[in-house]
Parts: sequence; C-alpha cells; structure tokens
Amino acid sequence: MEILKVDDVAYSTRLTKKFREREKYKPKDPKKIVAFIPGTIAEIYVKKGSKVSYNDKMLGLEAMKMINEVLAPFDAVVKKIYVKKGDIVTKNQLLLELE
Amino acid sequence: MGLKEKTSDLKVRMRNALKGGGDKAIEKQKAVGKLTARERILALLDPKSFHEYDLFVEHAAKDFDMDKKYLPGDGVLTGTGTLSGHPVCIYAQDFTVAGGSLGWMHAKKITKIMDHALKLKVPLIGINDSGGARIQEGVNSLAGYGEIFFRNTLASGVIPQISVILGPCAGGAVYSPALTDFVFVVDKISKMFITGPEVIKSVLGEEISMEALGGARVHCETTGNAHFYAESEEQCFSQIKKLASFIPWNNTRKAERFPKKSPKTRQYKIDNIISEDPKEPYDVRDIIKSLTDDSDFLEIMEMFAQNMVIGFGRMNGETVGFVANQPMVLAGVLDVDSSDKAARFIRYCDAFNIPLITLVDLPGYLPGVDQEHAGVIRHGAKVLYAYSEATVPKITLIMRKAYGGGYIAMCSHHLRADFVFAWPTAEIAVMGPEGAANIIFRKEIAHAKDPDKVRQEKVEEYKEKFANPYVAAAYGYIDAVIEPNETRKILIHALEISAEKDVRMPTKKHGIPPF
Repeated sequence: MEILKVDDVAYSTRLTKKFREREKYKPKDPKKIVAFIPGTIAEIYVKKGSKVSYNDKMLGLEAMKMINEVLAPFDAVVKKIYVKKGDIVTKNQLLLELE
Repeated sequence: MGLKEKTSDLKVRMRNALKGGGDKAIEKQKAVGKLTARERILALLDPKSFHEYDLFVEHAAKDFDMDKKYLPGDGVLTGTGTLSGHPVCIYAQDFTVAGGSLGWMHAKKITKIMDHALKLKVPLIGINDSGGARIQEGVNSLAGYGEIFFRNTLASGVIPQISVILGPCAGGAVYSPALTDFVFVVDKISKMFITGPEVIKSVLGEEISMEALGGARVHCETTGNAHFYAESEEQCFSQIKKLASFIPWNNTRKAERFPKKSPKTRQYKIDNIISEDPKEPYDVRDIIKSLTDDSDFLEIMEMFAQNMVIGFGRMNGETVGFVANQPMVLAGVLDVDSSDKAARFIRYCDAFNIPLITLVDLPGYLPGVDQEHAGVIRHGAKVLYAYSEATVPKITLIMRKAYGGGYIAMCSHHLRADFVFAWPTAEIAVMGPEGAANIIFRKEIAHAKDPDKVRQEKVEEYKEKFANPYVAAAYGYIDAVIEPNETRKILIHALEISAEKDVRMPTKKHGIPPF
C-alpha cells in the first residue's frame, strides 16, 4: 500500500496511474514563448537580437486552417529562436526566448 | 400476380435485403472477431422477439453515382423486441453495408425508432458500428447526426438509453453515445474518437494507434466515456441484460421488484472488513456486498475514478443506487473525476426513481495544484447540486471519516438526506484530528518545550472530543448511531418507510448545474 497525505494525515491506500502521472506545477516563465496550440511555423518575423515592443508580431503559427500570430507579451529583445519555418510544433513546445 | 406469387415475391425481396453487405463483407466482419448487426440483435434480445421495420428503406443519394448503388436497409437495422421480458426499441448499424456509414435515410431509420421509443416509453438500445458520415451525402449526413443528438437529449431522463460500441464510432458520431445513459465497450472492437490517428499524425506529428487513442480500455480507465468493459461481445450482451434488470422502463415506473434474498454473510461480514484505525483501508465494495440481496452488486465505471464506487444492488428485492467512497484507492477522496462520476449517477438514479444509499468514509478533497487548476471547485459542486436536487429517497451511512467539505457533499442532512446513520466508528469533524490540532493549538505547540509531545497530546485530545459521531448526533445531524451488524435491517426499514416520499422542488424550467 502507498501513502496519501490529506490535512497532515497519512492514509495508506492505493494511488492511481492518473495521480502518479499528474503534472507537477511549474510557474510559467513569461520570457519563454511556447506554442499555445499545436501547428506549423508559417512565418518568422524576428531574428535573434531583434527589439520587439508589446503586441509586435513575432511568429505566424498555422493551426486549424488559420495563421495565428504570436505576439510579444512585453517590450523585449529576442534572445533565441528555437524553431524554423515549416517546423511542426506540439502544444507548449518552446518557440523562442525573450530577454 | 395472385396472393401466392405476391407472397413469394415478398420473400425474395426480403432475402435480398437480409443479405446485408453480402458474403464477402460479412466474412471481413467475422475476420476481425465481430458479429453481424443482425446476429448482435438476435444475441441480445429474447429469442424470437425481434421485429424488424424499414427493411426496404433505400438511400436517397444522387451525387457521385450513388443513385446506381443499392444499400440494403441503408446500413442499419431497426426494430422492437424484448430484453429479459421487457419491451425495447433497438437499432444496429450494419458495417457490412457501406461501412455502416450514416446517410440521410440511415439516420431517418434511427430517428424513427427513437421517436417510437420516446412515445412508447420503452428503453432504447443503439448498437454503433460505423465508419462515420457518408461523405457522398454531404450536409444531409450531418443533418442526420444532429437529428439523432436532438432526440437523445429529448429522451434523456425519460427512457433509459443504452449505447453499445461494437466497432468504430468516430467524429460527430461519438456524441450520440456520449448523450446516452450507459456506454458499453468491448476490448479490441470498440474505437471512439473525435479525430483519428491519421489526422493527429498529419497535424501534430504524433503517432498513436487507434487502440491507444480511443480503445475500450482508454474510455473505461482514462476518459470516463464508457461505463462497462467487456472482453467479448457475448460478455457485453450479458452485462446489458444484467443492467436492464436493475432499471425501470421509463421515468414513470419503478424498477422491477425481485424476490428477497439475504446477503452472503459468511463471505461479507462487516466486522471482518473494516479496520478500526481510520487510516487503514478496506474495499468498500465488500461493505456494499454485505448489505445487498445475494451480495450482488453491479458496479458501473469500475475502472474510472476508482476512489468513488457507484452501481446498483437490491435490498429486499428493490433496486438501490449505491454511491460510496473507496478508502482503498486515493483514500476515497473527492476529486475532479470522482465528483463527475458520482454526480451523473446520482442524477440518473433520481431521474429513474431509484433510491440512493450513500456510504461515507473520506478524508475530504484531493489536495494539489493539478486538481485546483482542473476545476475541482466546479466539478466538486456537481455532487452538491446532484444530491440537493435529487428527490428520491436518500439514505446516508457514515462508516468512519466524514471530514470537512466531504462530509457535506456526501449526502448530509444539509443536502436533504432523509436519514443519516453513523456507526460508532464514525468521525464527523471539520478535518482530521492531526490537521485540526495543528491549527487550533498552533501556539501551544510552537511554544512548547517538546512540540512533538504536545502535538500528540493535542491530537489525542481532539480525537477524544471530536472524532466521533456524537457531536453531530447532539445537533441532530445524525439520526441514529447504529451497530454495524444492524445496518442492513435499518437501511431496509428506511427504504420501506420512504417508499411514498413526495418532495416538490420550486417551479423552474430547469436548474443550471455546474457542467
């Protein structure tokens, strides 16, 4: 039997697969831009070192027959781009990093 | 032509239609271990009870040379019959005819038998085995699905609706089963998904097999879309028969009464099942079996959210819906999945006049960021809503722990349980003794020379005072503290005395449950 703690009490019980495989919470890093939807990189508007302002277009992410624009969340400089045009990306995949 | 000739002409026409997709297609169906649509109906229903309608329906498609094609029965069988003596309406998609694809007339046959079922107030059984929409019929096949979904919704809570997935059921087609009460799946045969492996691969580059994406096990263990898992079609049909014996034909009736039987007390004795230490687990299904006639219990969603057990049993011949925390899995906590599972079942029982017995032993809600972010607030609220709204007899037994929000949610008096019983081992408290002592006596513990010793003393003190059923009983929140071995007798009396229960809810079009 395994142990589950609820309100400081340790209960011996069986843990489920879903419980064991639950994702540990990680705080989001606003500087790391990840794909909010799976798709294909249709367009890259910035380069390493580009200065971007809030709401500037950085990437075009084609998904569900639409080109979704990935916008800068704040004024920043592009530190690194992890994808190239035509790449298929999964949800939450790191696309680029700001600083 | 005279009567004789016309009759033999009818026989020829029937013979042609009954062939379905022909020998080759039938051979293919058999090769993957599946029965044909007709064999399935005959295996499920009582012998010689099936009456088929719309055998001569033909498809009405004109485009893409479809007008030159003959599709017998348009790929679906419909009819009426009896299941263990009870009348039912039934349809079965015939995969041997154009892959069981759904065109306009195919859908019309299904909606016609659905309309029958709703008018005649008899259960509807749908056997799904279809490649999906008939692309050649375009928007008409979408219209067909929409007409089916609408009727599933109209019939919901009026007649039992059972879906049997015996083949692929993909895309929009999956929403008909999802709208029905019980979904049966068979290992290696059932496949359900919105977008198939090919689309997922081309769009996302993720490779997954059909089985891993939407096979029988996935829907029983992971998604919670299916309620009953079988190894074979035969086993699936016997599960359906068993379920049918527990439920009424429609929402104006009660389930059929069976002869009374005693539980198998030698096998299932409460004293031997439950441990006195509230932290030690046991299998709550054994407790249920110690209470039900012949120790018979039909568990529903056996593999999903196993920390909550739901299902049907009989007490003194009457069907009862059991909702029970399962200390053996995740300590029996309420979480997103178990709340969802319990709430829907409670609403099912309420819709079909099945009394509810709730067995309580839980430490509360499952802690964790994942749970909070998955919406345990709104999912947990479903349980409160479902219990509060239910007007069938509601009887609760608190066996051991009933802490905090979990106590309220598990059909407490506050949600209008008719009777709440507790064993002497019950602990009805705002939280477990350890947690409570740590909060209430935080200062004393922190300032003590030996904090651990003081903590232990305070925990004991709290246990002594509050970890029992008598505080709640003193307020009347518990109707009676009972000896465990008297439980069945007492529950049966409570059920019998509640038989004519009549509660009216405020007039409304419908509530807005948090789903």
